Amino acid sequence: MSRQKILNSLAAPLLAVAFSLVVVTIILFAFGSNVFEVFNAMAVYGTSPRSLTLMLNLATTYYISAVAVAIGFKMNLFNIGVNGQYMLGGMCAAAVAGSLNLPGVVAIPITIFVAIAVGAAWAGVAAWLKSARGVSEVISTIMLNFIALGLISYTIIRTNVGRPAALNVRGTEIIPPNGRMVGWNLLSPSIKVYGFIIVAILIGVLYWFVLNRTVFGYDLRASGLSASAASASGVNSKRMVVITMLISGGIAGMVGLPDLLGNDPYSYTLNFPSGYGFTGIAIALLGRNNPIGIAFGAILWAFLDVSSQILDIENVPREIVTIMQGVIVLAVVVAYELVRRNRVKSEQQNVGEALAQKESSAS
Amino acid sequence: MIDAPVAVKLAGIWKRFPGVIANSDINLDVRRGSVHAIVGENGAGKSTLMKILYGMQKPDEGTIAINGNEVIFHSPSDAIDAGIGMVHQHFMLADNLTVLENIILGSEPTKRGVINQQTALTRLTQLAQQYGLDVPFNSFVSELGVGARQRIEILKVLYRGASILILDEPTAVLVPHEVDELFSALSDLKAEGITILFISHKLDEVLAIADEISVIRAGSTVATVDPRTQKVSADDLAEMMVGSELPTPETRGSTVTDEVIIDVRNLSVLTAAGKPLVDDVSFKIHAGEILGIAGVEGNGQAEIVDALMGIIKSSGVLIYNGGDISKWSTRKRREQGFGFIPEDRMRQGLLLEAPLWENKMLGHQTLKPNSNGFLLTPADAKNDTARIIDEYDVRTPSIDVFASALSGGNQQKLIVGREMSSDPKFLLAAHPTRGVDVGAQSAIWDHLRKARESGLAVLLISADLDELIGLSDTIKVLLRGKFVADANPVTVTPQELGTAMTGVKKSDGIEAAS
Amino acid sequence: MNTKSPSIRIFAFFISAMTLLSISRIFADTNDLTSRGTMAAAFGLAVPIGLAGLGGLWSERAGIVNIGLEGMMILGTFGAGWAGWQWGPWAGVLGAVTFGMLGALLFAIVTVSFGVDQIIAGTAINILGLGLAQFLAKLAFSNAPGGGQSQSPPVKGLLPSVTIDFIADPLNTLQQKGWFVISDLAGMFSGLFYHLSYLTILTVILFVLTGWTLWRTSFGLRLRSAGESPSAAETLGVNVIRYKYIAVIISGSLAGLAGAYLAIVGTNVYRGGQTAGRGYIGLATMIFGNWRPMGTGIGATVFGYIDTLQLRDNANIRGLVLFGALVLIALAFLGLRSGVRATSLAFLIIGSALVGGFLASTNMAPEVAQVAPYVTTLLVLATASQRLRPPATAGMAYRKGESH
Repeated sequence: MSRQKILNSLAAPLLAVAFSLVVVTIILFAFGSNVFEVFNAMAVYGTSPRSLTLMLNLATTYYISAVAVAIGFKMNLFNIGVNGQYMLGGMCAAAVAGSLNLPGVVAIPITIFVAIAVGAAWAGVAAWLKSARGVSEVISTIMLNFIALGLISYTIIRTNVGRPAALNVRGTEIIPPNGRMVGWNLLSPSIKVYGFIIVAILIGVLYWFVLNRTVFGYDLRASGLSASAASASGVNSKRMVVITMLISGGIAGMVGLPDLLGNDPYSYTLNFPSGYGFTGIAIALLGRNNPIGIAFGAILWAFLDVSSQILDIENVPREIVTIMQGVIVLAVVVAYELVRRNRVKSEQQNVGEALAQKESSAS
Repeated sequence: MIDAPVAVKLAGIWKRFPGVIANSDINLDVRRGSVHAIVGENGAGKSTLMKILYGMQKPDEGTIAINGNEVIFHSPSDAIDAGIGMVHQHFMLADNLTVLENIILGSEPTKRGVINQQTALTRLTQLAQQYGLDVPFNSFVSELGVGARQRIEILKVLYRGASILILDEPTAVLVPHEVDELFSALSDLKAEGITILFISHKLDEVLAIADEISVIRAGSTVATVDPRTQKVSADDLAEMMVGSELPTPETRGSTVTDEVIIDVRNLSVLTAAGKPLVDDVSFKIHAGEILGIAGVEGNGQAEIVDALMGIIKSSGVLIYNGGDISKWSTRKRREQGFGFIPEDRMRQGLLLEAPLWENKMLGHQTLKPNSNGFLLTPADAKNDTARIIDEYDVRTPSIDVFASALSGGNQQKLIVGREMSSDPKFLLAAHPTRGVDVGAQSAIWDHLRKARESGLAVLLISADLDELIGLSDTIKVLLRGKFVADANPVTVTPQELGTAMTGVKKSDGIEAAS
Repeated sequence: MNTKSPSIRIFAFFISAMTLLSISRIFADTNDLTSRGTMAAAFGLAVPIGLAGLGGLWSERAGIVNIGLEGMMILGTFGAGWAGWQWGPWAGVLGAVTFGMLGALLFAIVTVSFGVDQIIAGTAINILGLGLAQFLAKLAFSNAPGGGQSQSPPVKGLLPSVTIDFIADPLNTLQQKGWFVISDLAGMFSGLFYHLSYLTILTVILFVLTGWTLWRTSFGLRLRSAGESPSAAETLGVNVIRYKYIAVIISGSLAGLAGAYLAIVGTNVYRGGQTAGRGYIGLATMIFGNWRPMGTGIGATVFGYIDTLQLRDNANIRGLVLFGALVLIALAFLGLRSGVRATSLAFLIIGSALVGGFLASTNMAPEVAQVAPYVTTLLVLATASQRLRPPATAGMAYRKGESH
């Protein structure tokens, strides 16, 4: 990749972030905050060892979610259902992990497998609806998200999978220490970096490898670039939809695991964080479905989330960060669209010029 | 008729696109109340000319005069205001709106914003009766067939008060009795003083309906004839259309062996509505043989190709190297030696927003040197891309640019190179030299000939009759999904072939289909 | 069946549904299933869902899929809470509509002018709408008396509502008799005239007005043409971009109005998380209603009804399950008669299983009602997707002049 290309691909996200900073500055200014003080407080708080650890942990979760979304995006499939897939996958995995009393090397793979299987199965419903009945995956996954919520509250409240797990909250059986991935005190003595970060990195590497180095990945990208050309090249488009959706759902199933295996109360409770799926969509867009780009996107997002915690003390609503994130996403998709249109045009020009030069130097 | 005033006068029209001159010095007089046909080969510049007349494109030079007044059109709206209406080859209709809604859209009769259905219906019923254009006004367009859709398009234009009607290949999608209905409607329109420009390359139909015929070749008007007074035959027209072209491909000596590579038995393709697009077609191609299919576009060629590639559903039996492969997937077919040069490279042949070396893998991604079946081998693929670019003279600064950055001819050379490199046993080549410059054209012909000599079986589809005659060992003529004639490429002339394609008659080089 | 006029068919379906409901009420032994209170609450909950659905309908009719309804609705709840607290309920309504429209304007700029994918832009609007509402709420309400970080002080005064006693009361008496079908109909109509908010009346008017505007006026035809075939519309001189903008902005104002209902009529305050995904249910009702106002209204009423049941007597849930089972079985028989084998059998099996569940249990979880609307939508999509007629170009980016 030439330096020019790298610059080109960085231009859009950087511009989007800059633009969102401007918007946020204007908003803060309009409501009478000291903009500099606010940003300074965020920077100081956000770079403490504790915050950085929290950031890495949150980014781990976000990264997995974004990869799950990105693999769908790569072939124009919208898995809006990551939310439901990870919650259902997480609950089932937690329930299984809580019931196992085995050494970690056995228990943890089983837990991960259950999460993947359940996430994939839940996405499989949408995959079947799309390939067999022609139902748009956008609508079906939204519906499945809500159904998953109902299933989870039913299971935890009304079946014996659920029990009092933490203060005043019902959840699954607490996962025994053997089955956890608590991680290491890398940056701060008081708080650990999730062990699951290893799995997240592995997922990223695999994602890159499968997409860019395997025939399957090529088929998938080709389907995304041109469904008709892919089909003429021998890709079975229906099968592709199903497989991609299953993979996406499988990865999505793992989104809850970093928290579940690395954080108190080691149980899937009714208070388990929701909304990681939608964050994943935003980060996949920001990172342009690129494994490295997504990593930067996840870290940025997590940094904003963590450092925003200080804002309430500064008397600025910390939701200013959510606004900033929303603006980033909107700005970045507009920017990418404009960049894409320009790139196609400018490459044509460049090729024309390069050929003209070649010709004139040859003659 | 000849004395009627001129309704449309085009004088000295020029239109250039990068690298192509679409229209060069077009001159045309169309008289009021006449049917004026414009004939020419694909790519002769008919469509561009009509787009200019309809305000969709601006001429670089030349003038347009409507009823004696010189006009400049900035958009179709200007043309509509000047009384020009166009019926596009691809209908511009909204399926989920009713016929009435489709027609009145944009010019609704209203009372304080509310559509006055009754006024519209009365007006349309009257128009429909006047010109014999019967359509069910309250049905949804999605429920109607092509014939009715075309009548809607014509009504749409008449409803807006057009007095000059452009019909772009109006019969291409119609079955014979629908063609008769259309022609009788056109006669009624003519009788009411409407001027009709009729674009076609079906010469028998042109002769049946036109009062005057203008022939366009290579962007210029080469002749205007009056079939009523001048004795002119379909052969004469075909000759004028084709002219004498520069390079002619020629295949010397037969390399046809008796080894049957592909044996197609009773191939049929149906539309969703059950209408046959390909109707019980059978043929064999031997090793070292090029079978050419001649036919006006839209008569089932594209469907034959897609069916053989396994991209669309079809019925019939496909024998390849002696085995029944009807159930094989597209991928299996490609892996086992099917090469494919698609008709529309943008749609089926390229990933426009991917680099050349990835495009080089397309269709062969499971094979060496692109992959080992599971893992890609980008280094090998890139080397091989560089080789193709060199051997097939693809003009590009690097193999990393997007395919969209190349010119059409260079894209085509890349595709031809890619398909030839996979060592195919059977090649489906649809318009292999379309949009390619003269030099590249003969290079592609050379490659096809060489492959044929080494035992390749080729199914060749081309609108370029010289190419078809020059390369093929056998020619079959396809009309409305069926083979209607065989031609011997040694003896047949492009004129005879062009005539046979329209289903007119048989002549020396043409025999009834076997 | 096909020879009858549509209104007769709808009436026949309505009576059949009420009969099944009545059977369910009797067997589940819960008079509350069709009581005036349940029905009135159902109509109330149907309003925000219906308005969101109507919003989705406007924008999809012009070819823009509006996943951002939820975000626009959230903005609406804030606008309603803030303006309502300052200047009273009608100002609140105006505030909600304005905020919804602003969200829609942004959405339109991104999707219509820049051609960004509509699903992506909608998701972004949802993030932004949520953030903006929470941010502004903290600023505006934290230090206000009666307010909090995520809750506004009460709206100043109430929106008027009407009860037409001389209709509602006798019908209510009739409902309590427990007569087959008649009492159920009585309960339903009694609920219709009981504590009827002005906003509910406005909603009904908006539904009628939407149908009339989109299908009777030239404005409506042009707007729909922008969603059905923008290229054809363009060749006939319709300004496609303008109609898409108008449609999206109307869509946003309706979503805002839905938010207003939640904040002003439903609870009397803005509260974080108030919308609870109703924007998405609205989208579902629009699909359920085949992109038509009448169908969307019916869908919203059904979903509102189901929503109500989980908040009331638990015995109602059993009634709902039985009702769902009977509907499925009835559909299965209709389907078998017209030869739709596989689907009908599936319906029959699910229906019978539900009947079994009903018989086996004495108590059913409210989660059943919680997921019912979504399961219904999926069932409709899975079985009737061929018969649905979404606008032909919904979801596709459109660029002027590209069709040539």
